[in-house]
Amino acid sequence: MKKTNLIKLSDVTKDYKLGDTTVSVLKGISFEVDKGDFVAITGRSGSGKSTLMNLLGLLDTPTSGSYFLEGLSVSEFKEDELSDLRNKKIGFVFQSFNLLPRSTILENVVLPGIYAGLNIREREDRAFSILKKLNLSEEENKIPNQLSGGQQQRVAIARALMNNPDLILADEPTGNLDTRSGQEVINILKDLNRQGKTIILITHEKELAKQTKRIVELIDGKINSD
Amino acid sequence: MDINELLKLSIRSLVANKLRSFLTTLGIVIGVFAIILLVSIASGLQTYITNQIQGFGSNLIFVIPGRIGGARTPGGVVVNKLKIEDAKNIQIELKNLANVAPVVQQLTTVKYKNKRNEGTSILGTTSNYTKTVKNAVIEHGTYFTQSQEQSGAKVAAIGKTLQDNLFSQEDPIGKRFFIGSNIYTVVGVLKKRGAIFGIDQDNTAVIPLSAAKRQFGINLVNAIYISANSETQIPLIKKEVNNVLLKHLTEDEFTIQTAESSLEIITNITNILSIALGGIAAISLLVGGIGVANIMLVSVTERTKEIGLRKALGARRGDILKQFLLEAVILSLSGGFIGIILGLAGSLILAKFLVSQVTVWSVFIAFIFSAGVGIIFGMAPAIRASKLSPIDALRYE
Repeated sequence: MKKTNLIKLSDVTKDYKLGDTTVSVLKGISFEVDKGDFVAITGRSGSGKSTLMNLLGLLDTPTSGSYFLEGLSVSEFKEDELSDLRNKKIGFVFQSFNLLPRSTILENVVLPGIYAGLNIREREDRAFSILKKLNLSEEENKIPNQLSGGQQQRVAIARALMNNPDLILADEPTGNLDTRSGQEVINILKDLNRQGKTIILITHEKELAKQTKRIVELIDGKINSD
Repeated sequence: MDINELLKLSIRSLVANKLRSFLTTLGIVIGVFAIILLVSIASGLQTYITNQIQGFGSNLIFVIPGRIGGARTPGGVVVNKLKIEDAKNIQIELKNLANVAPVVQQLTTVKYKNKRNEGTSILGTTSNYTKTVKNAVIEHGTYFTQSQEQSGAKVAAIGKTLQDNLFSQEDPIGKRFFIGSNIYTVVGVLKKRGAIFGIDQDNTAVIPLSAAKRQFGINLVNAIYISANSETQIPLIKKEVNNVLLKHLTEDEFTIQTAESSLEIITNITNILSIALGGIAAISLLVGGIGVANIMLVSVTERTKEIGLRKALGARRGDILKQFLLEAVILSLSGGFIGIILGLAGSLILAKFLVSQVTVWSVFIAFIFSAGVGIIFGMAPAIRASKLSPIDALRYE
């Protein structure tokens, strides 16, 4: 039986122009992620893991090579089409949470729903149930600054789940948290993985990476071990 | 993203920066306010002058000496060759078609007891004058009669200003006063006519033409007023008058004007005034628009990270464009709205002291302009926001 690839990268490179010189950040990356997998991408800073994360998250396009997401050749997609795909297929969790500081928790969580064109009832029903699962029901009318870091990151996870995406991309999600809250976040991700979500965790902490199903190590723009 | 969400979003971010939004809006408010107020003044002026000219009567034709670009003395003064006889000839020719009143005009000082009034306009004319000029109406007393005119009686019908300045509370009828060095008797008081081009038409005394001829020693008239019995005969009368005058005068020694043709000139002038004033005000609106563009650019830069996040979460270019464009339009439209209200209030207040009249088109144009300013000046910042790449924007600190 054929395996169902969620992600398939073949020979992806990414160059950046810095003045006259071209810097190759990714030098030919090929790998596949199956549905339901929990992958940690590790590496030192400068190894290209953030660039890889941006490509996987459709925030950036590769210089060469191909990227299939659910069988779609997304390297050929236009900007607005990529926006729609990000909206429906990918949930982002960032290191610095990236919540809108003046909006309430509820408003932050429903944001992807607004861009998906859901009406206010659908949006709020969905947001309420997600917030409840993450023990944030009490906080829905607060603004991000009134919450602890751990709580804020849980709000960001709630937002990532809003449109029920297949893939969660977490970029150093514990980087701004203490060990206890960090572990809490990892536990939530593990939980989500058990419920069938594919999760890609970008981290430089070996301890966290060990808790996933698969570790991909990047060194200098290439996959060193898988 | 539906319009309600966009509106909520835009209003919230404008409210979050209250002072900044207020100051930006103020630029538009001032521009719109200035447009409405200045155009109101120009249009009020036009209505006022039109009313004044129509006060002379729409059947009025007047003959004045000289022609624009015609013969002048070295000092640039029109050479007057219009004689009292010309007026008489016109009257004979027009008989039953019109009333004719020649007018001699001089500025003189008048005196009564210890009071003097300088620069009074003395009109020497016939007993036909009140029949010819519509707004020359005797309010109190009588006008001088034909026999008084023929005998050269020194009688006068005086204007309101003269009555107030010389006689104040006294009843002027029958009182004797000085015009220059001659003594005249007041027979009547004319109804108030107001000022035209700042010249007080009530600072006047109307005396018989024969008396004026003797007083000033002249045989020339400053104008001949002709009032047609019927408006339809105006073209015919103009032709007749032209024929009569051409017997003694050349074509560029006189001009025949109708109330209508002078209205046209006035309308042209006030229209130009209106456009000029409106144009100056529009420049201030333009400056306000640049303020909107400026503040929107600042706002885009400040919110780079927010834009990146929104894009990451699925906002399309158009969503971001609409969000920022709507903010600019709300800024300038609310400025336009406040400006219109203030402009209307301003011109209502001004109407009490000056002439001012709100025109619908100035309100309409102000509204369209302020919306247009929002769209035009909001466009560049909004496009810049929509083009930000999500990773660059997310990375922005």
